[in-house]
Amino acid sequence: MIKTLLAAPFLTASLALATLAPAAAQTPDPTNWDVVLSAARGQTVYFHAWGGEPRINDYIAWAGRTVKERYGVSLVHVKVTDTANVVSKILAEKAAGREEGGAVDLVWINGENFVALKDAGMLLDRPWANKLPNYRFVDVAGKPTVLTDFTVPVDGREAPWGMAKLVFFHDTAILADPPKSMAALLDWAKSDPGRFTYPQPPDFIGSTFLKQILYELVPDPAVLSRPADEETFKKATAPFFAYLDELTPYLWRQGRAYPQNYGAMRQLLADSEVDITFAFNPADASNAIANNELPDTVRSYVFDAGTIANSHFLAIPFNASAKAGAMVLADFLLSPEAQIRKQDPNVWGDPTVLDVAALGEDDRKRFAALDLGIATLPPEKLGLALLEPHTSWLKRLETEWARRYGVNQ
Amino acid sequence: MLRLVPAGAFLVLIGPVLAGLLGAALPAFGYLPAIGGEKLSLGPFGDLAAMPGLLRSCLLSLTIGLVTTALSYVIVVAFIAGWRGTALFRAMERLVSPLLSVPHAAAAFGLAVLIMPSGFLVRLVSPWATGWQRPPDILIVNDPLGLAMMAGLIVKEIPFLLLVSLAALPQIRAGQFGHVTASLGYGRIAGFVFGVLPALYRQIRLPVFAVLAYATSVVDVALILGPTTPPPLAVRILQWQADPDLAMRFVAASGALLHLAVTGLALLIWVFGEKAMARLCAVLQTAGRRGRDDKVWRHLAVTLISASAFIVLAGILLLALWSIAGLWRYPDLLPEAFTLNVWVRSLPGFAVPLANAVIIGIASSLAATAIALGALEYESRAGLTPTIRALVALYLPLLVPQIAFLLGLNVVFIWAHLDGRLAALVLVHLVFVFPYVLLSLSDPWRAWDRRYGLMARALRHGPDAVFWRIRLPMLLRPVLTAAAVGFAVSIGLYLPTLLIGAGRWPTITTEAVALAAGGNRRVIGATALLQALLPFAGFTLALVVPALLFRDRRAMRPAA
Repeated sequence: MIKTLLAAPFLTASLALATLAPAAAQTPDPTNWDVVLSAARGQTVYFHAWGGEPRINDYIAWAGRTVKERYGVSLVHVKVTDTANVVSKILAEKAAGREEGGAVDLVWINGENFVALKDAGMLLDRPWANKLPNYRFVDVAGKPTVLTDFTVPVDGREAPWGMAKLVFFHDTAILADPPKSMAALLDWAKSDPGRFTYPQPPDFIGSTFLKQILYELVPDPAVLSRPADEETFKKATAPFFAYLDELTPYLWRQGRAYPQNYGAMRQLLADSEVDITFAFNPADASNAIANNELPDTVRSYVFDAGTIANSHFLAIPFNASAKAGAMVLADFLLSPEAQIRKQDPNVWGDPTVLDVAALGEDDRKRFAALDLGIATLPPEKLGLALLEPHTSWLKRLETEWARRYGVNQ
Repeated sequence: MLRLVPAGAFLVLIGPVLAGLLGAALPAFGYLPAIGGEKLSLGPFGDLAAMPGLLRSCLLSLTIGLVTTALSYVIVVAFIAGWRGTALFRAMERLVSPLLSVPHAAAAFGLAVLIMPSGFLVRLVSPWATGWQRPPDILIVNDPLGLAMMAGLIVKEIPFLLLVSLAALPQIRAGQFGHVTASLGYGRIAGFVFGVLPALYRQIRLPVFAVLAYATSVVDVALILGPTTPPPLAVRILQWQADPDLAMRFVAASGALLHLAVTGLALLIWVFGEKAMARLCAVLQTAGRRGRDDKVWRHLAVTLISASAFIVLAGILLLALWSIAGLWRYPDLLPEAFTLNVWVRSLPGFAVPLANAVIIGIASSLAATAIALGALEYESRAGLTPTIRALVALYLPLLVPQIAFLLGLNVVFIWAHLDGRLAALVLVHLVFVFPYVLLSLSDPWRAWDRRYGLMARALRHGPDAVFWRIRLPMLLRPVLTAAAVGFAVSIGLYLPTLLIGAGRWPTITTEAVALAAGGNRRVIGATALLQALLPFAGFTLALVVPALLFRDRRAMRPAA
């Protein structure tokens, strides 16, 4: 008996280690939506999305429950710390010859990560997003960033999900008149050192702050929409690095440590360690106030010269195991119902990609009824929207930043 | 069949480590055909050397490992030497299991919210004593020297070293030595160090090496408490591994080999330190000093060890408080309001990670216990004693830095289409769990009175019957405790689940560390608390089940 008992674990282990054949998957055609729906029923979608913000995780969990109920699609939210890691995983799978049955079904993505996947041919082999049933509600005319992701055409390979604009927040009880330009920021930091910081690049908010500085200090902003080469980069970023060299000693912890993402920075504001924080979500502070994370004296503001704005998307890799399920999920997240709930600052507060004026009357009313929150600037007060620079600028910025400030000597 | 168990155990322990090292060595020299590396070359090492701050990262790993191990070791030895046999010692013995069961990440979080400039300790004295209306701009957590990280590691390594020392003490007759040295006029600490420590150290040498290797290569504590500009080497290897530029994978592999060298160097320095200490002790022994005046050292030892226990427990309490806190501003000692909101909203999201952690934990600890029982039973039937070679084999997965061989193992598993499979993940957990299970089971197993077995054999029962019907039931409590230790180890594993699980098997630990760098302290608190409660549940079961089963048998009650 002891022989069989000891043999059992070895037997089960070897059985379990036998590979199961992955299910063959052809690309479903979204124009034939009923076929897609029936193919999606019973599938499990592994949605790789940034998981550093619990309220976004809660929203995704709600979406998962709803698509399970309505369409029989199971959602597993794989919380990633950096979308670049997902790109790395998909690239490695392609290189290892994994043409189907990949680990990633749907990925929350934009910018240089999208460009990396698109250039390497890692996305779904044909346009699908602009053929989804709910795509007809998207505001392609009024929101051009849903068609061009960081100067690269989307070509229907990723479905728009939400809008983002860099907005700053301050506690009016502590700092009544915050600096609204980089020069003013430097002066204020010198007068009151250690009260400002930004997330450590390559975190996306930290990188965006670097781009923000670049926009204000670059001699000729037109170069930013074109790819960067060694010459132009050096010339354009000379004032940028001069500025950072001057600012860094007056940062929080004298620049010897940085928060790792914007949630950590917001917690620093709550702990009274810094006086200013920023995020891509204009409703972030209202959301935090509603959740008792920030005091209700926090308000938002933008810089005089404008702040960077972009859209974020959902993409399906070429070798996804559950392509139909991923399309169903993406379509649901694009629906007016899901977009209204997303824009509710008590849930998430992320602005919608839909053309609200063109929706049905009920949906329009529900959008209008959303209380944006006491710390949220209304859309007309959000200031000038600066477009994202070409992705090659950010790559070089991040490498150079890591070399100069990422290592303390 | 039983004869195969030692070979099987050997394979389970050594196989993945060797496979992993091979999987890391080949890409380190440029050979990884899957992503275009066709020829062997030294290019990756060149790229590695060009990484900014590389030397600093290596030095960080080295110093953090050595200082952590040295301080933990000295504190534990001084405590045992100074307080063995006292009531305080017995109280500390009872605390060891609960302290051990708190995972590293949870203990690190707890420490962070305790010592950060806006943390509890500063709030206790601000602003009435310090005048700090705003938190001071001092770099405590994530400090560039790694002091916070060392503290976070020390408070967890002290219970572990205490456990292995306590297990070894009865075998070396520390009590009798203590009497002899006392009667010769030596102080408690001096007598212990001269008389008992050489024998004790021989027993705990391998666990100390394991602590050293772990401290040089830990990732989750480094992410929470360690320096960020630059981070220690293991964190950087992880970053390179996940870089979208696939060429960085070669750099990551060469970094893994570099880390092997760094850990090897740390072990070498420690061995030199041993020799130096031995010389020093020899000189002191013949110098004639009796060290009777050791009151200060004794009190220092007990203060430090109590402080370490206090830090872990206080940290957990603070995390619990944060998880139910409403708005909690600096410098308030308590939150303005309490709310269960966070628990209500995040518990549904914890269902999958909790389930995964429990499944993997139970699978790996049961498998490890089964193999350990098989190995021990084979050893007792064949009349063998454990050799040094077997012991080193046992400790090998703990001595090689995790990042080094897990990276390579990941490559091997992807090539074999095993990545993301539950069985592969359980196997890798087994590699780490098995040494601890075997360690915690061996002594009680060997200490069993064989005469019971003899009587059964004399009554014509076979060896199988002796095992199943007498030895195993009699030793149920140590077996369940060993399984609980294995379960606790599996719950706390971060890097293996992250790398081999390929994101398909999020556990409560990977969730907690993913939230670590984020700002939502309330959710972090809830996650860390859940993470700490799971092993605790395991240990409680290990206590309760034997008590229930043997409630009618007086002889089966634990000796008081």
